[in-house]
Amino acid sequence: MAETSLASVAALSLLVSGTATLLAALVGVPAGAWLGSRGFRGRRVLQTLLHSLYGLPPVLLGLLLYLSLSRTGPLGSLRWLYTVQGMVLAQFLLILPFVLGLTWNAVASVDPGVRDTARTLGAHGRTFLATLVREARLGVLGAVMVGFGRAVSEVGAVIIVGGNIQGETEVLTTSIVKYTGRGDFAIAVGLGLILLAISLTIFAALTLLQGGDSK
Amino acid sequence: MSRYASQISKAPPLVALAASLAVFAAGCFGPPPGPAPERLVLQTTTSVRDSGLLDAILSDFESKENADVSVVAVGSGQALENSKRGDGDVTLVHSPSAEVAFMNNGSGTARWQIMYNYFVIVGPASDPAGVRNASNASDAFTRIYTSASIFVSRGDNSGTHTKELSIWAAIGLNASTFPTAWYKSIGRGMADDLRTTFEFEGYTLSDEGTYWSIPSIGPNALGGGLFILQGGLADPTPDLKNTYSVIQLNVSRTPSINARLGERFALWITSPETAARIANYTVEGHQLFFPDPRRQ
Repeated sequence: MAETSLASVAALSLLVSGTATLLAALVGVPAGAWLGSRGFRGRRVLQTLLHSLYGLPPVLLGLLLYLSLSRTGPLGSLRWLYTVQGMVLAQFLLILPFVLGLTWNAVASVDPGVRDTARTLGAHGRTFLATLVREARLGVLGAVMVGFGRAVSEVGAVIIVGGNIQGETEVLTTSIVKYTGRGDFAIAVGLGLILLAISLTIFAALTLLQGGDSK
Repeated sequence: MSRYASQISKAPPLVALAASLAVFAAGCFGPPPGPAPERLVLQTTTSVRDSGLLDAILSDFESKENADVSVVAVGSGQALENSKRGDGDVTLVHSPSAEVAFMNNGSGTARWQIMYNYFVIVGPASDPAGVRNASNASDAFTRIYTSASIFVSRGDNSGTHTKELSIWAAIGLNASTFPTAWYKSIGRGMADDLRTTFEFEGYTLSDEGTYWSIPSIGPNALGGGLFILQGGLADPTPDLKNTYSVIQLNVSRTPSINARLGERFALWITSPETAARIANYTVEGHQLFFPDPRRQ
């Protein structure tokens, strides 16, 4: 099999981490907004649990998923080990706590006056949550982007679940591991620079958006 | 960097802890300690560490030379590359063609053969390609190729990967043209490779020591494990011979290395005494390495 081009490795990185981020946003933003829109018993406990997941080692998550998806594991019949779906699942689970927790914080810190006004104007249910998310949009956007940043830069989960198969599940971070192992340090550094450039682009865009909005 | 840190190991943590406590206690209460041990960084291939061989023999060298050996276990390609950059004092690898290139460009000053064994081709019990009935490694690879059975490749320029590519080349095939549908190149170490092969129920080329050191993918594995279908000491197919060598490094290229201790190491590991220790080392009753020391 031909050496996969750097471009296709970078593209797979964006596809996997982008999909995982999109899914984490679809679940985490509404759930975070709902949790942030009200006070409830056990809120602190739930928040603490969520925050402790921010430190979840990707390699541990990868190991647990490997054990589940292995052909002898409980989810082995899915045949998701060493597939792109498996990698998306791993990164989705890894960043969901971030997207959810940071959205929760952002929505919870929306000015109470804005909430009251929205309520007075008859907003309820989904409309009310949408209003809160709109108000907290910078924080929510930040939550999603932090999630993407963590997904695209992690190696521990995708190398175990994806297996770093050339042309199938090799992404930027796992490719860096591979070329370092081969002693091809120049290519490894080059891949690292691509990864860094992706990160810089995303966070520069975020900063621009936030700056533009505050004017 | 933590990846390297984790690969530097010379003793199980508890033993190391106990040893350092003992040294500490001796320093407090006993007679003044002798000169501090000299450090030797050994750049080596994973199989000699993962098979347990180094743990079994290194303490002899350490006590004889008052040395402290730090083992950096990586693929042979990386071990040679790291050595070229001065990140090791001596190198122990198993990739003859890469070693010759390394010597030819002046990175090493002497190369000694230490020992050999035989690679194994492992696969599922069902053996869809019929590797078990092959006459040698070339025949086995031909059968895998023609049946398009899943084959997992190290893909990491290691000695094992280099060997695999040379077998494909011997039957006139170029692995870089193989489709991913059956040829999975993973760019990872032997243990990861064997686990991937187990999951795919495919074939791979492995050293025998690493294979025996992972029972969860072996003959008794849950869900049907991998079996040695070709090669190994029980079936020494000549085209699967695997030779390990030690290389003394060129101190004029990399002045910071400890070439003196590196030379002592090369002499020690090729000595008749060490050869006997290597021959006596077994895992689960299998002798893994045959000493055959000679200068090359």
